[in-house]
Amino acid sequence: MRTKRVVLALKVLLWVGALTPTVWLGAGAYWGWLGANPVEKLEHVTGMSALIGLLATLLVTPLRRVTGWNPLIRLRRPIGLFAFYYVALHFSIWMGLDLGLNLSWITDDIRKRPYITVGFTGFLLLIPLALTSTRKSIRRLGKRWVTLHRLIYVVPALGVIHYYWSVKADVRIPILMGVIYATLMLVRIPGWVESRARRSARAARARREPRGSPASREGSGTVPVGATD
Amino acid sequence: MIIRVKRPSDVPSSEITPEDVYLNRRRFIRQAAAGAAGLALAPSALAAMEWPSPAGPGQQVDYSKLKSELGEPVNSYKDITHYNNFYEFGTSKTDPAENSGDFHPRPWTVAVEGHVKNPGSYHLEEFLAPYKLEDRVYRMRCVEAWSIVVPWRGFPLADLVKRVEPTGDAKFVQFTTIVRPSQMPGQRTDVLPWPYIEGLRLDEATNPLTLLVTGLYGKDLPNQDGAPLRLIVPWKYGFKGIKSIVRIRFVEDMPHNTWWVVNPHEYGFYANVNPNVPHPRWSQATERRLGEWRRRKTLMFNGYGDQVAQMYAGMDLHRWF
Ligand code: HEM
Repeated sequence: MRTKRVVLALKVLLWVGALTPTVWLGAGAYWGWLGANPVEKLEHVTGMSALIGLLATLLVTPLRRVTGWNPLIRLRRPIGLFAFYYVALHFSIWMGLDLGLNLSWITDDIRKRPYITVGFTGFLLLIPLALTSTRKSIRRLGKRWVTLHRLIYVVPALGVIHYYWSVKADVRIPILMGVIYATLMLVRIPGWVESRARRSARAARARREPRGSPASREGSGTVPVGATD
Repeated sequence: MIIRVKRPSDVPSSEITPEDVYLNRRRFIRQAAAGAAGLALAPSALAAMEWPSPAGPGQQVDYSKLKSELGEPVNSYKDITHYNNFYEFGTSKTDPAENSGDFHPRPWTVAVEGHVKNPGSYHLEEFLAPYKLEDRVYRMRCVEAWSIVVPWRGFPLADLVKRVEPTGDAKFVQFTTIVRPSQMPGQRTDVLPWPYIEGLRLDEATNPLTLLVTGLYGKDLPNQDGAPLRLIVPWKYGFKGIKSIVRIRFVEDMPHNTWWVVNPHEYGFYANVNPNVPHPRWSQATERRLGEWRRRKTLMFNGYGDQVAQMYAGMDLHRWF
């Protein structure tokens, strides 16, 4: 019960934190304090929120491992969905406000400007993840869900490259983001090595033991959230 | 206030020259009286033209109502002074306004050197004394695909060139920004190699559109806009408009301007506004005018083709970007 309440509190915090940029931008657009170039401001703040959201998604599992507090995993889906929300908003602002829905400009930019191509790829890859984020999808897709959702390791990298390529000279923050991303990936390696070792040990056992033993059934049918990351 | 705008065919610029902006004139007279008297004024082609006086003595010009020769309204003073690229004060657009408060643009010394008959180093007031300042509304197109319309105050660089008499060896003019990391926090980082360097070909420098600028909106330049002396070359991308100039050097070889040095693949020496030559990472075909929501088409040479295109006749502008 206590756990439930703490998780709820964290979720409230998450919602407040994650919606702050939206509220701030909305108010700024309404009262006109987004500066001389509001479209750029909208683009930058949503882009940055998206990237921070993606990196935060990657932070959940290492944090869970460090703290040993498993309920943290329940924050992962909402964080990921907020990240998707900001990417989608970022994309819509670009398409609608920046390029004014001019289809030839939009397709031209996506085809010809590598930083846009990369960002757009990231956006496309996130769509199936968002669509299959429901419990039902998790159950229905089983192991394939895990495989599909490994894309979340790729998308932030695309986001970082996109950001790095979008700036003119001051690459300090894009590089910082890259370092954070690399760190979040590196800290997973011990876990991956461990679970791989566990899997092969299990497979070896399964080969020795007859079919239908408890060991070979383990893992099938359970919700694989976080099982392999 | 009446501001008559001449047809581009008879105006080598989008000049609006309120010739009798009286503050200006008073300053000029004061300076002339202070010792510069006797120096022959070199009236530029522009200054020689007749302009209706938009405001008589004692009247103030409402700079916010001025328009470019294409009828575009000037941007607000706030936009012009709070959305700047001036990496010496930081790399975000609002950094220059926020971080330039400690910068002291006076006293200031400007050196004119190199292949000229009359080199010298001057206090700013002394340096400016011979010239007649005028107000002109120009578009500024940033290489980042945004643009702004600004009523600058300055004088044609051509007037300076005439006065210092370049020798036959002078083919280019190189400009240098001050290095003062104690007052310019951006210079305490290495986002760019300091000092900032820019350059023009001699014919570009003497084109009547090219200005040395000391003010905007009828006031002295604010620190974040390049006080106390900057360059404006309206048909080129904004980064050519070097700010806070301390040295003007007439040289034989093409100067290695900062952005070209930093990224030769993306920025060249010429940097003429050209919608047909994309930046390697983004299109230059359109731009966002500050204060507008919709993008507009970028004009060849930023709309100043009539006055400058002939300088580049026969040049491959894709190669010399
Ligand atoms: C994974 C998806 C994406 C992420 C994480 C992301 C993130 C970012 C970030 C962090 C910035 C820089 C913000 C700043 O400078 O403060 C940015 C800028 C930008 N992004 Fe994205 N983005 C993504 C997808 C897209 C897509 C799909 C588009 C359009 C097709 C797009 C268009 C832009 C544009 C136009 C800019 C502004 C660049 C400039 O300042 O000139 N992004 N994005």
